[in-house]
Amino acid sequence: MVLLSADTLPLERDEQIVVVRQAVRQRAIELGFSLVDQTKIVTAASELARNTIQHGGGGTALIEAVNDGARRGLRLTFEDQGPGIADIDLAMKDGFTTAGGLGLGLSGAKRLSNEFSIVSAPSRGTRVVITRWK
Amino acid sequence: MGEWLLVSIQVDMHDRLAMQLQDDLTSRIAATAARGVLIDISALEMVDSFIGRMLGNIAAMSRVLDAETVVVGMRPAVAITLVELGMSLSGVRTALNVEKGMELLSASMAEASGVNGPPVG
Repeated sequence: MVLLSADTLPLERDEQIVVVRQAVRQRAIELGFSLVDQTKIVTAASELARNTIQHGGGGTALIEAVNDGARRGLRLTFEDQGPGIADIDLAMKDGFTTAGGLGLGLSGAKRLSNEFSIVSAPSRGTRVVITRWK
Repeated sequence: MGEWLLVSIQVDMHDRLAMQLQDDLTSRIAATAARGVLIDISALEMVDSFIGRMLGNIAAMSRVLDAETVVVGMRPAVAITLVELGMSLSGVRTALNVEKGMELLSASMAEASGVNGPPVG
């Protein structure tokens, strides 16, 4: 896997979700993503960025353009040092929420991505990585 | 027929701004006794679950205040993404554009007042 670009953006305040959305959009355009694919990855990024702030107490978004030889894609990593998730299976369920939202953040972001992984443990923070290929 | 409110969202809203819009719009509906609210989202390049929930809240609050909300102008890529995200915007009436949205509002106002409105279609 070849790394074409990497940007790390802070996620401490809700205005920064917009900054992350715009940065992801810009990279998706540069990679030649279709409008629908741009919209999907930007929307997934928005959901995960909000999780990082609301549940993780803030953290970072890493935006990487990657090339695995045959194809190019956008890999996004959302990381926080927050309370972590005790039951990931439960957190991945549609409609499960602890923040009064709709509970579509994690499950929705997974559906909008080609690859999805989550690592989390109580008091160890959470890291979510998604990739969407062109 | 009461007053209508037309709202056009032109910026990529951060969450607090979206909440502000929801509150302001609800206040305006009450203050103006508006019967219809048209929200134009044709400039929005993305609708995530937060903005989707805001649209649903506005529709629900306006209904309680005896007004009807129609969301117009959603881009096809946004609609595709929203459904895949898991949001169907149930409870929110939608129309393709402002013109169609106004027809929809006119028709339901006419129906509500028992007067036959112009044919819609």
